[in-house]
Amino acid sequence: MTEAVKTSKLEEILGGWPGEELYGVEKEYAKEVEIRGKIERGLIEEISRIKGEPEWMLRLRLRALELFEKYPMPNWLVGVEHIDLEELSQYVKPKAERVSSWEEIPKEYREAYERLGLPELEQRFLMGLTAVYDSETVFHRFKKELEKKGVILLPMEEAVQKYPDLVKQYFAKVFPPSDHKFAALHVALWSGGTFVYVPPNVRIEQPIEAFFFIGASMEGQFEHTLIVADENSFIHFIEGCSAPLLKKYSFHDGMVEIFAKKGSHVKFTTIQNWSRNIINFNNKRAIAEENAFVEWLEGSIGSQITYTYPSTVLRGRGSRTSNIVIGLANGPYLKDTGSKVIHVAPETKSRIVSKSISNAGGINIYRGLVKISPSAENAFAQVDCDSLIMDSESQAHTFPHIQVDNPTATVSHEAKTGRLSDDQLFYMQSRGLKEGEAKALIVLGMLQDVLPDLPLEYVSVLSKVIQLEFSEVGAVG
Amino acid sequence: MSLEIEKVTVQVEADEPRKVVEGVSLTVNPGEIHALMGPNGSGKTSLLYAIAGHPNYQIIEGDVRLDGESIVSLSPDQRSLKGILLGFQNPREIPGVKLSTLLLAATNKRAGVQDLLKVQNPRMLVEARRYARELGLDPSVLRRDVNLGFSGGERKRSEILQALILKPRYVLLDEPDSGLDIDGVKAVAKYINKLAENGSGVLLVTHYARILNYARPHRVSVIVNGRLVESGGPELAETLEREGYARYGGEEA
Repeated sequence: MTEAVKTSKLEEILGGWPGEELYGVEKEYAKEVEIRGKIERGLIEEISRIKGEPEWMLRLRLRALELFEKYPMPNWLVGVEHIDLEELSQYVKPKAERVSSWEEIPKEYREAYERLGLPELEQRFLMGLTAVYDSETVFHRFKKELEKKGVILLPMEEAVQKYPDLVKQYFAKVFPPSDHKFAALHVALWSGGTFVYVPPNVRIEQPIEAFFFIGASMEGQFEHTLIVADENSFIHFIEGCSAPLLKKYSFHDGMVEIFAKKGSHVKFTTIQNWSRNIINFNNKRAIAEENAFVEWLEGSIGSQITYTYPSTVLRGRGSRTSNIVIGLANGPYLKDTGSKVIHVAPETKSRIVSKSISNAGGINIYRGLVKISPSAENAFAQVDCDSLIMDSESQAHTFPHIQVDNPTATVSHEAKTGRLSDDQLFYMQSRGLKEGEAKALIVLGMLQDVLPDLPLEYVSVLSKVIQLEFSEVGAVG
Repeated sequence: MSLEIEKVTVQVEADEPRKVVEGVSLTVNPGEIHALMGPNGSGKTSLLYAIAGHPNYQIIEGDVRLDGESIVSLSPDQRSLKGILLGFQNPREIPGVKLSTLLLAATNKRAGVQDLLKVQNPRMLVEARRYARELGLDPSVLRRDVNLGFSGGERKRSEILQALILKPRYVLLDEPDSGLDIDGVKAVAKYINKLAENGSGVLLVTHYARILNYARPHRVSVIVNGRLVESGGPELAETLEREGYARYGGEEA
């Protein structure tokens, strides 16, 4: 990593960015419970008590807490070390009961969702939607027909109560808290999120969405999503994230676990557009059994700093994964993204595509791992990293790691870096486009070949977000 | 109503800035073709870049007025929206942006449509396909990334195609004929005439008179070493074709 990356201080990254049009501003709202202070046994027990959790979950949290206390701070992270975790509210319960109709949500919360067009999207397009505000679910609804087919779609807390055996089998098993300090922190403090179980041979043809919103500064959000796709099932799960422009920062340390059983197909799409006050740490991992197919599409647009590396363990013969990671660092922000694939079984295939765009001082870092285990006969892995640097202040770095322990593997890695030249920009401007508009078109063009799988509604939203994104910065610069 | 270039001096911004155009005055009238000729390196391209607002080509003296309004302090995109369109000699490749997308965004911009990618007027694309065919381009060119992998001839034709769609008040064409075979020259010339017939003023830069046999200029001006040395009617182009630029003491192109 370069000196520049190492020395960039959070305060600098916090530099003003007038994203009000894009995100709205932080507003006052009523909180029923807010817990902050030292992360210790008492605090964990309090959260568990409020949730009325079974004993096993509390024990799991406390075990994770021990690991959190034991582990050192990862030394390669930039920015996280500036966060005083004890300054944050570890748990915030908004003053809103969970409901199943938009009208019932108190206005102050509802506005946040209406701003984002969520109610309309849900009605037109989704099979189910869970909306989390701060630490708790405030809206949850899904189509009756899914219920009849035996699909379980519940807020995570409720799943813990109603289906303890099922949850226990997978929760924090795909991504154990022992992995690293922030995985441990997540498991100790998790709150909110979604549990999905898709029975064998059930195909959910339209997406299910979970939407995460952070309403205030100095909060930690630790939502947990667990998807279990039984044999030959299909699900497309979309995760959206947003926050208004906050007065200070907030911290997000979410986790997604996917268990894809034999022959199943799980698509997981994230459109992350946190405001520039969010430090975003993600823990995403899938296990694919025989002939299962896992697709990650991770679009990191917003946030100050994002760390996200969707990962897949190809555990069953013939399983596949496609991991597409998009990082947009527009302004003095850091996107530390990438993907990991562990080939364990024979005849497994993986493809990682990373697309990064750095503009106006933005920094993208790609960190990837492809590991072919001795047991993975005839594995195939392909990694493509495509970086676009839009001006001389911006940077892109690539740290691919490939470890091949089986000689029958076919592994390829390609990386290319493009730079936008003044002459290219002038060409576009001479057609009547502002600098930012020209850049937005180039960015959308670069993403074209990874977006066709995304539902049209989302492509259209993304297109608008990216245009707005660059128009904002254009106005500042 | 005209594009008035008044005593313009252009400086190239580099480590050692130098003047490449000095005190040039020209007028381009709507509906007319004004040919600007001169040997290689005489400052023709620099003048066009400066009019269009390229940041490295600064107008340090003089003024450019578009229908009476000075445009020299405007950004390149503002100049374009006011009605200036530059057809490049060597158009840049824009990977990822399809020609149809560029046209869509540019026409939306002109129509004040906020979402640049919204298909507001499907007739535009129909028109673009028709012009493409007429210019001798495969209409599939619209689905390709701008200039990426285009042949020299395709690039030149695509620049004219864009002008036909965007309908600028004044179009600056930088050697639209270079690298084209005779059929290409004829096709491009035909649509340069059409641009003028449709009311655009055309400033046509070339150093060969050949294209002027097909795109008949109303006026011809000659610059050598960054200075305007002669202006006249269409007959001047014929003289230059016979005698070359040697009469101005410059080198033969």
